[in-house]
Amino acid sequence: MKLRLKIWRQKNAKTKGAFAFYDLDGVSPDMSFLEMLDSLNKKLIEEGKDPIAFDHDCREGICGSCGMFINGYPHGPVPGLTTCLLSMRYFKDGEKIVIEPWRAKPFPVIKDLIVDRSAFDKIQIAGGFISVTAGAASEANSILVRKKKSDEAFDSAICIGCGACVAACKNASAMLFVSAKISQFALLPQGRPEAKERVRAMIVEMDKQGFGTCSNTGACEAQCPKKIKLTNIARLNREYYSAF
Amino acid sequence: MINLNAKIPEGPLEEKWTRYKSGSKLVNPANKNKIDIILIGTGLSGAGAASSLGELGYNVKVFCYQDSPRRAHSVAAQGGINAAKNYKNDGDNTYRLFYDMIKGGDFRAREANVYRIAEVSNQVIDHYTALGVPFAREYGGTLDTRSFGGVQVSRTFYSKGQTGQQCLLGAYSSLNRQIRAGKVTMFPRRDILDIVVIDGKARGIIARNLITGEIERHSAHAVVLATGGYGTVYYFSTLAVNSNASAAWKAYKKGAAFANPSFVQIHPTCVPQLNEFQSKLTLMSESLRNDGRIWVPKNKDDKRPANDIPEEDRDYYLERRYPTFGNLVPRDVASRAAKERCDAGYGVGKTGLAVNLDFRDAIKKQGKDAIENKYGNLFEMYKDITGIDSYEEPMQIYPAGHYTMGGLWVDYELMTTVPGLYAIGEANFSDHGANRLGASSLMQAAGDGYFILPVTINNYLSGEIRIPRIPTTGAEFEEAEKSVRERIKKFLSIKGKQAASSFHKRLGKIMWDYCGMKRNEEGLKKALVLVAELKKEFWSDLLVPGEGADLNQELEKAGRVADFLELAWLMITDALNRKESCGAHFREESQTEDGEARRIDSEYSYVAAWEYNGENEPILNKEPLKFEFVELKERSYK
Repeated sequence: MKLRLKIWRQKNAKTKGAFAFYDLDGVSPDMSFLEMLDSLNKKLIEEGKDPIAFDHDCREGICGSCGMFINGYPHGPVPGLTTCLLSMRYFKDGEKIVIEPWRAKPFPVIKDLIVDRSAFDKIQIAGGFISVTAGAASEANSILVRKKKSDEAFDSAICIGCGACVAACKNASAMLFVSAKISQFALLPQGRPEAKERVRAMIVEMDKQGFGTCSNTGACEAQCPKKIKLTNIARLNREYYSAF
Repeated sequence: MINLNAKIPEGPLEEKWTRYKSGSKLVNPANKNKIDIILIGTGLSGAGAASSLGELGYNVKVFCYQDSPRRAHSVAAQGGINAAKNYKNDGDNTYRLFYDMIKGGDFRAREANVYRIAEVSNQVIDHYTALGVPFAREYGGTLDTRSFGGVQVSRTFYSKGQTGQQCLLGAYSSLNRQIRAGKVTMFPRRDILDIVVIDGKARGIIARNLITGEIERHSAHAVVLATGGYGTVYYFSTLAVNSNASAAWKAYKKGAAFANPSFVQIHPTCVPQLNEFQSKLTLMSESLRNDGRIWVPKNKDDKRPANDIPEEDRDYYLERRYPTFGNLVPRDVASRAAKERCDAGYGVGKTGLAVNLDFRDAIKKQGKDAIENKYGNLFEMYKDITGIDSYEEPMQIYPAGHYTMGGLWVDYELMTTVPGLYAIGEANFSDHGANRLGASSLMQAAGDGYFILPVTINNYLSGEIRIPRIPTTGAEFEEAEKSVRERIKKFLSIKGKQAASSFHKRLGKIMWDYCGMKRNEEGLKKALVLVAELKKEFWSDLLVPGEGADLNQELEKAGRVADFLELAWLMITDALNRKESCGAHFREESQTEDGEARRIDSEYSYVAAWEYNGENEPILNKEPLKFEFVELKERSYK
């Protein structure tokens, strides 16, 4: 099929970006969205032009590297998929597709569709861990965890850190991301001893990084490729208010 | 020739590690903070080692090419992580785990190393659990396990189909704790372009900042490579597309021997190539073969949709050829059989490079719900990628490059043949022999990172405490940086017609055809010529747009492909040298009458450790494998 692509081009963080238009022919419905961009890049390279830069790695939806705004949706219009798993069969021949980087102040553009998400790492560094030194752990089965709680912790723990929640939010809030990690540890007995310090440190860092506040719109949940639930944010608030 | 001293401690198998720990030298806590360690890679081994070394008090500098350490490819491991906990009371113990690995590796691994990894496996599970890794649990609150990879005990701990992700995020969290403590400094988005060796010891690296293009020098008292495998040499593999061998390859060129480079595991159940621009082959858990039946049409020209092909026109070739094991034959056998059918023209799908994995009979017998309960998430993932509903029609699958058992040669201390240079996790060769068993890779990576390297590295560093911080101004750094800059300049100046990935794709095809699931002398010799020709073409017709002082993903690719072209040559050389079949290495000349692999212990019971020799042929060093504690047997599936 044939596509008309409108893609954000920006040389680096210091320069101003702009949309550019590309016509791309020969797109197969079997391609993933990133493979479609690979084919465009091959064409651009052969024409002596600068290819479009975008982050990507595992290409099976688990590493969280890829992510772009496609026709107004983070990771595109199909729920529950990362950009790398988004198939071109969801698009029509002759369709116009608008592709932008994540738009959020704490995620500055590095080049084209690549943004700097190190603010996420900084939040995790502030407190997203359980302080156990290698060698200090007790026998694994000495910690009993109710299966239901353990499964819930897993459902929160599957966040891939892609940033779609921030990109989807009109306030550029990182509450879904932060609450997923807080919830995972809050639900497990191993996480309780440091629960108060953790939630305080992570919230302070989140604010410091310039993420907006949560106004419970729920766009993050709707757009999360891993379907992380909004109830995590409720748990985060509860953890936070009981931490003082 | 290199002196390959494996430094295996004396004594009975089960006492070796304890004896080593009792006798090895330690570093005083006050001295540890005067010592710098560079660590490359942040997967299970790298992130584990970084946090452990930080906890011990060393200054650790960690590098990765991704934008965050949380994205290392350990994240994609699905099935689970083994440990000899014996929680199911089914007779498991350290020895049994050790024996399964030695046998599964077709007796081409070192006994002492394998026993040790089995020994620390339980500690790994304890540590991950304490870190909050949500492993699956029983209703009573204890940890659940499952059987995996054809062993007779239930020793695999798991988090649904995302065990690698959960373990990696656990490792990432302890890494973060050390970053906050100021003991670890993280350098993401860096490619490692050279290893710096001063007076015979590893002392640093040359890195390229992938955002600014800046060439950086970093020094340390020791360098640890946790860079994973090199399966992307095949272009199509289950690996992340940016996974690469460059750091390990530079280490080889600086004197680290490369062991058994041709030992590569090809996984039988992957999503096949669907289009010309496909970039990778996604793994579908091999558990699917428990209920799915594999077949191709009996008639080559039968182009009917799978469901319209009646029973009598289907060839269930695994059930036909292996009536006892049927669809459950080991990975290498299943992969070879699929390739054989497709090469003979019976393949299905658009490209003819796929076979059917059919759940029709299982659904008929057990009901759709039962199948959905077992494999629901896999069916969903398959549908996301291909658009095919496998409840209604068969999956199409094909083998793909997956895991490299070969890697940098290391001794019992995980040190390469360059003093002060270590290799851990998939980057080394030590524990899986010629074939890896399921759920053993996470175990080995985590064991190396958390509980082995942080012990053994002290023995070396105790001799380094009087060495002040290494300056990056010496001649060796100058020279290494100069050659890195020259190479980048060269890539940019060729200005040919082909992008790096088109060379990569062609290299992958050569390797797949001649150095993949089946190898023979004629094919391997042909491949040597083809790779040499491709390398020549690469250096005269490469096209890298843009410039070096900028984010330039094509330049990154060019460097990786240039290294793969050289590594591929060594892989073929190794495959050519080993005229026996063992594990995943199948030489057609060495098979039994019914087509099974035939090992030749009298001639090949050794580790082939290749030594770089400039432009000349690499030198083969042999580390004989002595089996003192197990009896060598033929692997049999009858």
